[in-house]
Amino acid sequence: MNVKEFNFKDDADFKKLSGQKSTVSLVLTVLELVFYFGFIGLIAFNKPFLSSMLTERITIGIPIAVGVIVMSWILTGIYVYWANNTYDELVKKVRDKVEG
Amino acid sequence: MAQSIIGQVHPVSITFFFLFVLSTLCITYWAAKRTRTTKEFYAAGRSITGFQNGLALAGDYMSAASFLGIAGLVSTKGYDGLIYSVGWLVGWPIIMFLIAEPLRNLGKYTFADVVAYRLKRMPIRTSAAAGSLVTVLFYLIAQMVGAGTLIKLMFGLPYEWAILIVGCLMIAYVLFGGMLATTWVQIIKAVLLLGGATILVIMTLSKFGFNYGALFGSASEKYGPEFLQPGGLVTNPVDAISLGLALMFGTAGLPHILMRFYTVPDAKEARKSVFYATGFIGYFYILTVTIGFGAAVLVGKKVIMAIDKGGNMAAPLLAEALGGHMFLGFLAAVAFATILAVVAGLTLAGASALSHDLYVGVFRKGQANENDEVRVAKFATVALGVSAMLLGLLFKGQNVAFMVGLAFAVAASANFPALLMSIMWKKFSTKGAVASIWTGLILATGLIIISPTVWVDVIHLKEKTAVEKQTADAEAASKAKIEAVAADTKAIEDEKAALAAKKKELASQMPQALFPLKNPGLISMGAAFLIGILVSLLSSEPEAQDKFEKEKLRAYIGIGAE
Repeated sequence: MNVKEFNFKDDADFKKLSGQKSTVSLVLTVLELVFYFGFIGLIAFNKPFLSSMLTERITIGIPIAVGVIVMSWILTGIYVYWANNTYDELVKKVRDKVEG
Repeated sequence: MAQSIIGQVHPVSITFFFLFVLSTLCITYWAAKRTRTTKEFYAAGRSITGFQNGLALAGDYMSAASFLGIAGLVSTKGYDGLIYSVGWLVGWPIIMFLIAEPLRNLGKYTFADVVAYRLKRMPIRTSAAAGSLVTVLFYLIAQMVGAGTLIKLMFGLPYEWAILIVGCLMIAYVLFGGMLATTWVQIIKAVLLLGGATILVIMTLSKFGFNYGALFGSASEKYGPEFLQPGGLVTNPVDAISLGLALMFGTAGLPHILMRFYTVPDAKEARKSVFYATGFIGYFYILTVTIGFGAAVLVGKKVIMAIDKGGNMAAPLLAEALGGHMFLGFLAAVAFATILAVVAGLTLAGASALSHDLYVGVFRKGQANENDEVRVAKFATVALGVSAMLLGLLFKGQNVAFMVGLAFAVAASANFPALLMSIMWKKFSTKGAVASIWTGLILATGLIIISPTVWVDVIHLKEKTAVEKQTADAEAASKAKIEAVAADTKAIEDEKAALAAKKKELASQMPQALFPLKNPGLISMGAAFLIGILVSLLSSEPEAQDKFEKEKLRAYIGIGAE
C-alpha cells in the first residue's frame, strides 16, 4: 500500500494520534500561559503578595519567578516524555500501515 | 578592590579571544569542505543531533545583551531584573508545543516553506521574506551597535574596529562554513558562556557559604527590602501584558531560531532539541540573576554605575573582583564570542530569506539548480554582512535598545500568526496569510514609532530632557525659597502652590506619545490574527483546504518530510 492509497483520515490509530497530540499541546500551552501571565498579573495587581517575606531573608516573589522558569522547563520535559513514549508508538503503528 | 582593568587592552583577554577565533576558523575550514549543496549550506546536511542543536539554539538565543544586560539590570534594580529574565524564557515551551514538530516535518530550510506549503507560493514567499528580513535586520542592528559599544567598554578597542572585526568574522563563518560552521560556533559559545557563568556563580556563592538566603539577606541589608520586591518596571498592566505577549510569541517567530530546526534529521530530534535548549537557557537566566545579585552585594551599585550607567559591566566587574584579571580576560573573550555566534546565526537566516525565499521562490518561480542557489545565498551573506557593518557604523551612539523590542514585536505579529494558522487552521487562505503578515508587520513597526519608546525617548528626547531639567530646576529653586522663609507657613504654602502650578505647566509641555503602549505586541499581534481569520473566511481557497487534509500525514508522522 502506498501513501496515496492509504485513507489515513478514517484510520482509528491516526485519529487517536492527531487527537491526542492536539489535546496534549493545548493543555500544556494553556498551562504555560497561566503560569506566565499569572505571574505578570501578580506583579500588576498584587505587589504586596510578591513582596511578603517567605523566610526572614527572601521575599515570596523570588521563588515564584524562578518557579516560572523551572516549570516552563518541566512542561517541555513532560511533553518530550509523552511524545517519546505514547506518541512515537502511535506514529510507528501508522507508519507501518502506510509503508506496508 | 584593586584598580579595575576593564576598558584596557589586556594580554589575557586578547589571548583567550585569539584562541577562540583560531579554533572557530579551523572549524570553518573543516566545515567548508562539507558545505557544497543547499542542504549543507542552510541546514548542515541535517546532521546535527538533538543535544547539539539544543546547545546551538541556546547559543543562538543567549546574546551578550542578555548576559551583561540582565546581570546589570538585576544588580541595579534588583527584583525587576528578575521579572525581565522570566519573559525571555517563556516562549520556548510554546515553540515546543505548537511549532517545532510540524515546522520540521513540513518545511525545508525556512519557516516560509511551511506557510507556502499549501498556499500560493509567490505572494506568501514575498510577504514571509519581508517579515523575516525586517526581524533579522532590526535584531542585527541592535546586536552590532551593542557589540561595538560593549567591546569598546571591555577591551578599550575603538567602536569602528569592533564592528569591523565582528562583521568580517561572521561573514567568514557563514560564507565558507554555512550552517555547519555557524552551528559549531554557537555550540562552543554556549559551552563557554554556560561554563564561565557557572564558575562565576560558584565563586559568588562561596562568599555566602553556598547559601542563597545569605546572598539575598545581604542584598536587602545593603539596599533595603525593596531590592527584593517588584518595583517600577511594571506599572501599567496592559503594557506588561503587551510586552509579555511580544516576548513569548516573538521567540516563536524568530527566523534564525526557527531555521535551526532544519539542521536535525527528524521531528523527534527537533523535539529533544527544544527540551535541551529550554533547560540550558533557563539555567543560564538563573545564573545571570545570581550574578546580578552577587555583583550588587560584592561590587556595589555605585561602582557598577560609575563605569556604565546601564549596569552592563556588573558581570565583568564581579568576575574581576572574584577571579582577578585572568578570569575577567576569559569572560571578556566569552562575551565577544557570544556576540559573534548570535550575529552569524542572524546573517545566515537573513541570507536564506533573500536567496531561498526571494530569489528562488519568487524571482526564479521555484526553479533553480543547487549551484545557483548556493551561489546566490553566499552573495546574499556578503551583502547582508556588509550592510550590517554599515548600519552598525551609521547607528553609532544611537539609542537602539528599542530595536530588540521591535524585532520581537514584528516576529510575534508578522511571522508567528501566519506560521501558527498555516499549521493549525484548515481554512487559512493565501489572501488571509498575506493580509495577516502585512498587518502585523506594518502595525508593529508603525505603532512602535509613535509609542513612548521611540516617539518620546528617541525622536523627542531633547524636548523630554529639557522639560525634565526645567522641572528639576524649579523644584530645587522652590526648595531653596522654602528654606529661606523658614517658619512662615503662609509663604511656604504659597510657594508649594506656585511649584505645583509650574510643574503642571511643564508637564503639559512634555512630549506625548501618540500611542500609549511601550510595546505594540497586544494590538499588532491581535490584529494580525483577526485580519488573517477574517480575510481567510472571505476568500475561501478549496485547493488549500484539500492540501491541508493531505499534508496531515506529513505534519504528524513525518512521511515525505525532507
